[in-house]
Parts: sequence; C-alpha cells; structure tokens
Amino acid sequence: MTTQTIPVRKFDAVIVGAGGSGLRAAIQLSEAGLKTAVLSKVFPTRSHTVAAQGGVSASLGNSEEDHWHWHMYDTVKGSDWLGDQDAIEYMCRMAPEVVVELEHFGMPFDRTDEGKIYQRPFGGHMSNFGEKPVRRACAAADRTGHAMLHALYQRNVRANTQFFVEWMALDLIRDQTGQVLGVIALEMETGDVVAFHAKATVFACGGAGRIFYSSTNAFINTGDGLGMAARAGIALEDMEFWQFHPTGVAGAGVLITEGVRGEGGILRNSTNERFMERYAPNAKDLASRDVVSRAMVTEINEGRGCGPNKDFVLLDITHLDPATIMKRLPGIREISIQFAGIDPIKAPIPVVPTCHYQMGGVPTNYKGQVVGDDHSPVPGFYAAGEVACASVHGANRLGTNSLLDLLVFGKSSGDTVIADIRAGKIGLQPLPDDFADRTLARLNRLDHQTGGSDVSETRLELQRTMQKHCGVFRFKDMLVEGVAKILDIEKAVAVTQIKDKSKVWNTARVEALELDNLIEVAKATMVSAEARKESRGAHVRDDAPDTPANPNGRDDVNWHKHTLWHRDGNRLSYKPVIMKPLSVETIALKTRSY
Amino acid sequence: MEDREKLNRLRWRCTRRAMLEMDLLLGEFLETIYPTLDPAQANAFVALADREDLELWPLINGSQQCTDPIEAEVVALLRNVRVK
Repeated sequence: MTTQTIPVRKFDAVIVGAGGSGLRAAIQLSEAGLKTAVLSKVFPTRSHTVAAQGGVSASLGNSEEDHWHWHMYDTVKGSDWLGDQDAIEYMCRMAPEVVVELEHFGMPFDRTDEGKIYQRPFGGHMSNFGEKPVRRACAAADRTGHAMLHALYQRNVRANTQFFVEWMALDLIRDQTGQVLGVIALEMETGDVVAFHAKATVFACGGAGRIFYSSTNAFINTGDGLGMAARAGIALEDMEFWQFHPTGVAGAGVLITEGVRGEGGILRNSTNERFMERYAPNAKDLASRDVVSRAMVTEINEGRGCGPNKDFVLLDITHLDPATIMKRLPGIREISIQFAGIDPIKAPIPVVPTCHYQMGGVPTNYKGQVVGDDHSPVPGFYAAGEVACASVHGANRLGTNSLLDLLVFGKSSGDTVIADIRAGKIGLQPLPDDFADRTLARLNRLDHQTGGSDVSETRLELQRTMQKHCGVFRFKDMLVEGVAKILDIEKAVAVTQIKDKSKVWNTARVEALELDNLIEVAKATMVSAEARKESRGAHVRDDAPDTPANPNGRDDVNWHKHTLWHRDGNRLSYKPVIMKPLSVETIALKTRSY
Repeated sequence: MEDREKLNRLRWRCTRRAMLEMDLLLGEFLETIYPTLDPAQANAFVALADREDLELWPLINGSQQCTDPIEAEVVALLRNVRVK
C-alpha cells in the first residue's frame, strides 16, 4: 500500500475516542448537522469513563448554598496554582449548565426527596473560599461514569453520529502550514488502513496511565492521542504531573479504597511496624493520600519493603473481626482474593502507590482548541478530556472534576468546531502528497522487522522504569538515571518485532502500535519531571522539601510555569500560567494547605 | 473467520475493557481456563465477554446470580480465577 492508494473518507469532523468527552463533543457536532465520525478502539460504553464512580461536581446548590466562584477557588487551590484561571473559571461556571443538560439527556442522577439532583460532600469541595465542606458532587450511585456514557451514547444514536468501533487511530494528518486535516486509522477487523479526511479533528482519547507498572487504569489507556500529537510536532504540556492513589494491589494495580483504612486497616513494613505513626503521628494511616504514598515509598526505598523484591508494603486488617470484614468490606475481600491471592481475614494485602490520573496532555484553551507554544490555536485541531491539558487540573486534580472536564470541554470543543467551520476558518484542505508516508513506513517496518525486541517485554521494562524512577515520590539521581534508561528503551521500541504478520484481527500489531504511543508519553513524563526542580501538587521531589522560603517545596519564583515537551530533540520549553480569569479577580498565589 | 482471528478478537474484547479488574480477570481466564472449556461453555464465555463490565462484575462477585445454568458454570470458573 502507498499513500496514493489509501482509501480516503471525508467528514466534517472526526473525533478520536468515544468516552465521555468524545461522545459529548459528538452530540454538539451531529446535532448541528455536521457529518461526524467517531473512532474508538472499543464499543463506546466500554470506554474507561465507566471507571469514574465518584461523581461530577457542579455548584447547583441543591442541598446548601454554593457558588461557581467557590468551586473555582477549590480547583485553583487543588491545582497548586498551576491551572489556567481562565479555563478554570469557564469550567466551574459552565458546570451547572452541563450537568442539567446531562440530566435532560436521561442521566439517572440520585435525587433528593424534592426531586432535585442529590449532592454529596467530596474531598476538597468547600464553600466560601475554603471555609467549610459543601455538598457539590452529583452522582448516580457508584455508577456515575457508566450512566453518563449510556446517556451520551443514546443521544448520539438519536443524532446519527457515525461510529467506527474497533478502529485504532495511528497518526494525525497535517499539511505544510500546520493545519490538521484528519487522521489515518486501522480497522482491526480487516487490517485496512484508511484516511479520515476532515475539516476538524477532535482528540478525546483519554490518558496514558499504562506507562506505569502499577496503574489503576484499564489496559486501553495507552496515550494514543499523546503519541499521535507528539509525532505530529505538537508539544505535550505538564506531563510530569500524575495523580497517584496510595493503595493499589501490588502487581495488579486494582484499587483498594480508603475505606479499608477508615475501618481500621493498618499499613506495615517488613519489620511489621506500623510505620505511619512516624510520618503522621496524629492521622497515622488516615493521613492524606500524598503523605501516605510518600511514606510508603520511603519505606520501600530504605529497604523496609516486603516480599522477595522488597517492593511493596502491607495493608493489614487481620486484627479486625472477620464478621466486620464480611459485613463492611466484602468487595475488598473479593478483590484481594482474586487479584492478590490473599484472603485479608487471614493475611495482609500487598499494596503500592498506584498511578490514577494524568493531569498534563495536549495543550488546549478553554474553547477546546489545541494551542501552540504561544497559546495560538493549531487550525483544525481540538481536544478534550484526559488527553487534553486546558489546563484546569494543573499540578493536581480535584476529585469529581474529571467527569466535569469531559462534559464542559467536550461541549466547548464541539461548539468551537461549529463556529470555526461556519466562519470559514477551517475547511477541507487538500491532503499533501505524502500525508501517510510516515505511518505506512511505521507499519512496514513492523511487518519486516527481524532480530528485534519483544513488545510485551519492552512494555514491561518501560512500565517498571517509570514506576521506579518517576513514581509518586521523586529523587534527583533516580530521575537523571531514568532519563537515560527511558531513552535506551526507546531504542528497543524502535525495533519491536511481531511474529504474526496477518491482517485480520492482528492484536500483536495493535499492541506494538500502542507501545509506540506509550514511549512518547514516558519520555515526556521523565524528561519534564527531571527538569522541574521543585515540588508542586503531585510532583514531589526529595530535593525540594518543605522550607520556610518554599512551603511544601514549591518554588514560584522559578517554577510557576507550564512545561512543554517537544518530541523533536527531546527538549523542553515553558510558558506562563494564565492567572487572569475571564470575569473575576485573580486568585493570588498562596501556600496550599488543607 | 478463521479460529486464530476469532480468538484474537475475543482476546481484544477480554483485555480492552472499561475496568482494569475485568481486563485482568478475563485476560487470565482466556489464557488459562478458556482452552479447557467444552463448546457450550466456550459460547457462554463469549456471550459473557460481550456484556458490559458493570453487568458482569455483580455476577462474578456474587451479588447477582446467573439464570442460565451453563453461564453459571462459567461464572463460577471466572470467580475462581487468581490473577498472577
């Protein structure tokens, strides 16, 4: 196959990803009468949005007084002042509107006795600029993400959105001026490679949590959008910031909820010591997520980890009455048996801090336009959700803002596409003669590689390197060494070899192509983290400790700026944080404490 | 469709799911137990793998019961999977 023989399909808009943000963007586009294609590696309602259980935040004030400005304050503070305040204001102001809209799409929110959307408290949600907790999270039991996807999917069916299911997007198409003209994609069922030529391309393809060995993310989260953007010359923003959860099952990554420690669970090291007493004498095992995670990593790094490789600690509930475990924590017992091979009534559960959410991504503005280094839009290119960095989460995401991000920026990106097409800013520009050459060369290389590296072994090495060198608690020497190691792994990724050369349902090929994306994210993360010589939000360095001059290790003089990682030359540049909101006063820098 | 193609399609649908728990469980089941199933059980597994994670999880953790006896056999096997 050559670029000249690739089938070309034409659309007004092509959306990559059919999770919450992709489906929300598609509704705007299809309902506006635009011919819209949505590509997804899986059936839409199997997207990872399903795993979001907690809720979606909006200052509806259904249970008590609330205001979007308070939500904005909480989000800026949560971001450790790295979030862009125009985007944060936009998201928090739009929240009530998009949540009510979702209700009208058929979302089965929990209700109050009066029939309003029920709202519950959530960590970090406060009224009156950090004064006291407020009920702001809207949920559909513990199935909020699942219910949201179903409501959005049904609406898309009504709007005649065209879905391409079990298709993997491989690369962006750009012309000489930099305008994005669509994507090249692979249909798994046939092995066919097809160009989707479109006026607008929207990335809504989620995060890349699988770069870490221990991750709560489903296998699907391989950073495909980030890889494609990086290969097309788009810089990735703030990739050093990843949110970790302290207690994932060692090896598997499956989450063990905080509720286990709430019921009396104790963390122990290899000497059976309750080590949290040393790190947080009052809160002990119930200290905040970041404090517990750092303590766990310190124990492991100082040789007090458990198991043959001393690489996990233990979560012990054996002292609890078995009847209490059976009654209060039945699901956790089941998870421990299936994923750790341990009945927690009889033995403690091996746990490690586990990657949960990606704050960085493809740089966008609050309109959902992908932007270059100078904040100017890349024509024809839009993004929303975890793949994008608007930046509303900054250095650390506030709970329930991920589902809100999907709705607000899914919608705004759709609206901006419509406006840009109607204003004649983007159109169906001709494809360059060589538009698929690099993609075809990549596929051709994979088909003919001999003496190369094994895909799953290389992926595992990448994941272990990220976990060890760039995990929840970071050390200068480990990061420097990590950069060298990840560049070595890149060489192995460049020569991956697959035995199966068939076309139809060749999952080995797809996994090799996913690895091409993981390596870009791993490089961006490691290089950005090594360079940022401060602690901020989820990026915590041992050599940037809490001091009177730099509380929490944060250094605003030198590091209050966004990182941009460029694949070309593996280099970094920086751009200022947008501190000016759209209509209110700037929320001025201050120390983040709860 | 050839057997290899059918198996690969099933592998994709077992290991690219919404929830990590299901990727791990169904992936492990496919490699270790699926090859030992009789044809009726194998068909029941394919049908189970086509269901959504939040429909399947309650069957596996026992909070809901299967109505079909063959499906119940397969779910019992799934429940016994220990992810390595």
